[in-house]
Amino acid sequence: MTEYIIKNGCVIDPTQGINGQKMDICIKDGKIVDKVSNAAKVIDAAGKTVMAGGVDIHSHVAGPKVNAGRLFRPEDKLFKSPMRKSNLRMEMGFSVPSVSKTGYDYARLGYGFVMEAAMPPLEAAHVHEEIRDTPIIDEAAMPVLANNWFLLEYFKNHEIENAGAYASWILNATRGYALKCVNPGGTEAWGWGLNCITIHDKVPYFDITPAEIVKGLIETNEYLRLPHSVHVHANNLGNPGNYTTTLDTLKLVEGYKANNDFDREQVMHHTHIQFHCYGGDSFKSSSFESKSKEVMDYVNKQKGLTIDTGNVTLDETTTMTADGPFEYHLTHLNHLKWTNVDVELETAAGIVPFIYDPKTYIAGAQWAIGLEVALFAKDKERCFITTDHPNAGPFWRYPRIYKWLLSAKARNDLIANELKYGDKVIDTTYIGELSDKEISLYDLAQMTRSGVAKSLGLSHLYGSLKTGMNANVAVYDIDPENLPSDPEQYETAFGNVFAFFKDGVLCVENHEIVNYSMPKKTVWVNSIVPENKQVERDIRDKFLRTYTVDLENYAVFDEHVHNPYKIKVDITQ
Amino acid sequence: MNTITITLAKQAQLYLEADLITPDQFAGKSTAEIGAIEISEGKIRYPLASFAKIEGAAGPTPEETRIVLNGDWSRVKRIGQQMSAGEIIINSNVDMYTGGWMKGGKITVNGNADSFTGIAMAGGELTIKGNCQNHVGSAYRGDWRGMTGGVLRVMGNVGNDIGTFMRGGTIIVEGDAFIHVHTHGEGGTIIVKGNVEGRVGGQSVKGDVFVNGKIDYMMPGFKYVDDVTKEVDGVSAVYAHYIGDLGERHPDVKGQKIFTNLYLKK
Ligand SMILES: [Zn+2]
Repeated sequence: MTEYIIKNGCVIDPTQGINGQKMDICIKDGKIVDKVSNAAKVIDAAGKTVMAGGVDIHSHVAGPKVNAGRLFRPEDKLFKSPMRKSNLRMEMGFSVPSVSKTGYDYARLGYGFVMEAAMPPLEAAHVHEEIRDTPIIDEAAMPVLANNWFLLEYFKNHEIENAGAYASWILNATRGYALKCVNPGGTEAWGWGLNCITIHDKVPYFDITPAEIVKGLIETNEYLRLPHSVHVHANNLGNPGNYTTTLDTLKLVEGYKANNDFDREQVMHHTHIQFHCYGGDSFKSSSFESKSKEVMDYVNKQKGLTIDTGNVTLDETTTMTADGPFEYHLTHLNHLKWTNVDVELETAAGIVPFIYDPKTYIAGAQWAIGLEVALFAKDKERCFITTDHPNAGPFWRYPRIYKWLLSAKARNDLIANELKYGDKVIDTTYIGELSDKEISLYDLAQMTRSGVAKSLGLSHLYGSLKTGMNANVAVYDIDPENLPSDPEQYETAFGNVFAFFKDGVLCVENHEIVNYSMPKKTVWVNSIVPENKQVERDIRDKFLRTYTVDLENYAVFDEHVHNPYKIKVDITQ
Repeated sequence: MNTITITLAKQAQLYLEADLITPDQFAGKSTAEIGAIEISEGKIRYPLASFAKIEGAAGPTPEETRIVLNGDWSRVKRIGQQMSAGEIIINSNVDMYTGGWMKGGKITVNGNADSFTGIAMAGGELTIKGNCQNHVGSAYRGDWRGMTGGVLRVMGNVGNDIGTFMRGGTIIVEGDAFIHVHTHGEGGTIIVKGNVEGRVGGQSVKGDVFVNGKIDYMMPGFKYVDDVTKEVDGVSAVYAHYIGDLGERHPDVKGQKIFTNLYLKK
């Protein structure tokens, strides 16, 4: 019977249209309730902002690729791993934090749910083992599917029911959450020494195009009535001139309608779109330019889409993606170390350290483009803040991004004082045109809470302070009635939550983590489809002929999945 | 310059880590305050005074502080780590990471030092009168940013992986080196006055390596160019000049291709 009352805070909850209203939030037995008894512990939130726990739609925090990043970069921990605090486990790492530090840092930001953005199906057990060891936050993981041999064959023959049966089997076998699509066709093509740069480049052998793969995945996703839409990292990431590929990819949603019981409206989520908004034909300031406006003009009018930003934070970080060819390309640009893992029949991953140096033109331009995306977004319920952690920067820098969005002064100061080529950045991007634009705290709550939960099909679990919701509540040292004049205060306040409740347990009190032992959940989708003999035979066949593991050893065992929270979606009913 | 003398009186069960023994940390402090500076044994921290006797006085600034270490420091790591000025004289053998990441000042070890001596050093003078083990003046594990400045002199022999990812500064080995010298080098100078078994300059793209003795096994990526006279550590001699590592990228700087120069004494 634990009861809390968060008193006199300024509540911001877009799911109820509450914008800074002074009110109390009551918590009882892990849920948000209308009232509590006099015995409730009081948290004084006068002059502070109260929001639902944050929700992250795209972050690489668990699994073989993340762990390879940790092993591959001992120097990422050098002088950045303080001695253990008495009540916590050891914390290590800057751009690729250890599992403990990942959980703690998300709690310090007031986040309650994080989506692991890329789970290689064959390595699902590893992903779940790391999720289990990451304290506090609830997590889910998306199996990577857009270069999968089964699906490529089904899509080629336009067999959506078969693709659905296979995808459903994969979700169940990996305890996965949604269908992730990385460089559709391109990673497979790279196995042949090629790539797919436009959505019409054919994948060798399979003779199918990225456009056909993405459309196939959208149709499969809606056939399965999944909570989240297909989650797309388009072709041609990070290359100058790629915005046309991005627009072509986004336009693939035309004619499709969301089909689900989870309040989701979009049929495609396009991730880290900053990396996909480039014009020009080289990284030189004489050619490179921002095309964020062109891309966001389309996003703004297309309700079938949600996006996340992929903001560059101007840090030394570690890039890691299932986009193998991109990482290979990157190591030849920066001459830093590179590693690659091929996951048979399914996907691959590459890792390269990267320094977004404010003394270079291109890092400044990428920084600007990420912010432009967020500032151009008309419907903040459809645009979410990420860093594609750790690709554009570490997730624990989110408060810095909030600062750059909430305060035009912070942004303009950085252009003037920290970017070496600030003038060139202004000339070649839209950041100058947006020089007095700012988002509100309400916008921020949409971009980090309500909108994200809705896009994920998780608005019944996260992103809201409605009565009956799981009590994930963050209290920040920001007074909406008296906003800070020094933008640094935004970064400090959002980076050091004053109080944070996870499932009604007081996790952070007075800026310190006081409890990290609450049961965290692994959310997954149990997809049920009509019996499909052909797909069952195909799976058995492929395992016999091609996989190095036996079918019986492939699926994640129940013991692997920590405190599972199953969302059942049965299309046979 | 003021001198403060620390005599290690008690040996720890585990190895000690003494990254706070630097003129930067000691300057302006009383002997009692210096005694309270922490030294780690595993995950537990102890005041320095619980292991050592402290006499003399520190200077008001690091530049004016000389630290003399007496007793047996052979199981103590990280002495002088990141120091920027002043002087440390160690009258003993020492363990690993001595003078790692040092930026300035002077360290003299009147004995042998273990591995990782002077790693990622950026400035100052580090002299080891005896022998060193491996990774002398190299980069931290995984890092591509190695030594950038300063002079690291080992009067005896060294082990393997000397000056890995070196970008600047000078390493002088008066005795022999084993294998992997200037691997992944991107600058700086290494002088080996004795012999090297092999693997000199592998994947190195820039910098100078001098070997006065012989190299048992040359890297195949180095090509003879000409004979040159060079003054090396104050002594002039004729050297056979090789360039490499030809298997690596070699960027043009102002129309000129940059290579690592390997000089073998004739
Ligand atoms: Zn990603």
